[in-house]
Amino acid sequence: MSPFLQLSALRKVFSDGTEAVGGIDLACDDGEFIVLLGPSGCGKTTTLRMVAGLEVPTSGSIRLSSEDISQSPPQSRDVGFVFQFYALYPHLSVFDNIAFPLQSTGNTPEQVRRRVQEMVESLGLQDLVRRRPSQLSGGDHQRVALARALVRSPRLWLMDEPLGTLDGELRLEMRELIRTKQIELGITTIYVTHDQEEAMSLADRIVVMQGGRIRQAGAPAQVYGDPEDLFVADFVGSPGMNFVAGESMDGDVLRAPGGVFLPLPSGTSRTRALTLGARPESVLPDSGGPLTGTVVLDELLGAHRMVHLDTPAGRFIMRRPTTETYAAGTKLRLALAPDQVRLFDTESGERLR
Amino acid sequence: MTPPALRLTGLCHQYGSTLSLQDVSFDVHEDELVVVLGPSGAGKTTLLRTVAGLETPRAGRIRLHGEDVTAWSPARRDVAFVFQNFSLYPGWTVRRNLAFPLQAPGRQQVDVAGRVEWAARLLRIEGLLDRPAERLSGGEMQRVAIGRAIVRRPRLFLMDEPLTNLDAKLREQLRVELVVLRRELGIPMLYVTHDQSEALSMGDRVAVLSAGRVLQMASAQEIYADPLTPEVARQLGQPAINMIPLKRVDDSWLVDEAGDMDDAGGMDVARASEAQVVRVDVPSSAPDGDRLWFGIRPEAVDVTGGGHEGRVRLVEDTGPASILVVDWAGLQLHLLVDKTRQWRPGDRVAPRLDCGRASLWPRP
Repeated sequence: MSPFLQLSALRKVFSDGTEAVGGIDLACDDGEFIVLLGPSGCGKTTTLRMVAGLEVPTSGSIRLSSEDISQSPPQSRDVGFVFQFYALYPHLSVFDNIAFPLQSTGNTPEQVRRRVQEMVESLGLQDLVRRRPSQLSGGDHQRVALARALVRSPRLWLMDEPLGTLDGELRLEMRELIRTKQIELGITTIYVTHDQEEAMSLADRIVVMQGGRIRQAGAPAQVYGDPEDLFVADFVGSPGMNFVAGESMDGDVLRAPGGVFLPLPSGTSRTRALTLGARPESVLPDSGGPLTGTVVLDELLGAHRMVHLDTPAGRFIMRRPTTETYAAGTKLRLALAPDQVRLFDTESGERLR
Repeated sequence: MTPPALRLTGLCHQYGSTLSLQDVSFDVHEDELVVVLGPSGAGKTTLLRTVAGLETPRAGRIRLHGEDVTAWSPARRDVAFVFQNFSLYPGWTVRRNLAFPLQAPGRQQVDVAGRVEWAARLLRIEGLLDRPAERLSGGEMQRVAIGRAIVRRPRLFLMDEPLTNLDAKLREQLRVELVVLRRELGIPMLYVTHDQSEALSMGDRVAVLSAGRVLQMASAQEIYADPLTPEVARQLGQPAINMIPLKRVDDSWLVDEAGDMDDAGGMDVARASEAQVVRVDVPSSAPDGDRLWFGIRPEAVDVTGGGHEGRVRLVEDTGPASILVVDWAGLQLHLLVDKTRQWRPGDRVAPRLDCGRASLWPRP
């Protein structure tokens, strides 16, 4: 069976010669929540805009339910495109704001009313339909915007950093509401963000992009735990992995700068120039450990703390429980949990297994 | 005893008929970083601008090292201000941008070139000195803006959300650099933000500001563990603290179906619908009255502790841990769990609410 949405060798070169998307392949299942994640300029938004029909691909194809839509106009694609959720029409009531996307779709007023009513009930907005946006709390404002985005029940939902300007609690609340509704309605979704935390929490599958290419596509736990290259290992995670570059001594020990020797997991490849990566939670205080670190900063982050340490092999960040404390200047020995370190080819950046 | 680097006493400020600052009093000690945390409109920027001398308070005093500067001009106060929007001179090189604050008329003569090199080295922008400002990335620009603030070695740094416009990754990195840099310089800093993780991470102490008032001022850890009010509790921590409305019925405390979440400082929480009678243990030391808020952090709940049953609605991966969004007793709870077990939507959980790890407040 062919996938619900299939991007094949999709490429976009702008008129100034910039290659924004360098030929990507991606298949999405029906009902899947895909997040395109990457820094600005990685090609994620251009990819999304090609799927929406707002950019014409230079080459390659986009198939939706087996039908090639690469060249069809945006309005015939039946996709819902959301830029940001906060913008409601101030002069329209909640009801009319939600009904707005149904104007000029050929629905009868009765059909519109029924559809809006469904959305209103599904998002708990019954008491607010006559209000103006200025009379809504922040959370209700966002729920109305979400209702408006969902009212047309598109085949495909495309979102470009929709939570961009929201802060704190509202952002989290909205994120959960999007995901809840997406699961409930089973709408296949592509969501663009540069925020790895958002990507991790929302996605069925994260597609990490850089330089117009897909570096890795996988479930959040996979992208986090088993990054395919140095870029992904650094970009995903808050903060990213700790790295030590050095020279492999017979695949046994890594000789790192500052006279540091770190044991390598058995079966390590014969590549000489290796980079070892360890997540902050895989760096452990260990009186017999091979690294000596001096605490530079003890960052309390609520449920856990991040301890920043200077070592002869560079700066390390260690994730610890809040019950421990680490005063600046304290020296301690560290180990890297052997089954959790990841190895990369320093030259190519690629993961070694 | 030496006076504090900055002392604010009874500071009030008014825009038209709105009181934007109401009786703000606190100290910033020598070698201390104080974060002012609050939502937009809380008065954070007004506070900074008042300290800088860009706004005139309606009442109250501002003292720097014991000296009353309330009536002083901004220049005479010798404080350095870094804004949210990078304010560099386009067309000028980084070097010239950095040197500018040292060349203002009336400034005492210093080794300008030496100071610029020093600041550039500290901020690791030596390689950019001859680049025009408009050819810098966002992160580089903000480093230069910070460089312009430190180059004068002012008596006090004032920072107004300097990292807000940067990418998440860069923000995380620069906030650590800023703390380390400030410590090396030994210059006190007043840092304003709406970002709770910046407040937690950076502040030696945090002042939580709301509607122009300081609701609590203490170390981040203390505010996180022991917030004075529900509003303060919800400002720190992500996901936010779980707020459970309780009512007393005879000798037990029950989850209050009718509890209106808006009581918790104007913030709303999505609620699930089923109505149930759920009992919660409350210590005898609880505040008086028949209505309480029971606040418990997401990491403080034992998910399989054998309490009233709930159902997982969403599972959010954070990398090292997962957040479960749970429908429980007509409420929605956020629980932080490690990854020893794989959770899925629909799973049943029995969270135990340990009153020893909760905060309790009277509920109006």
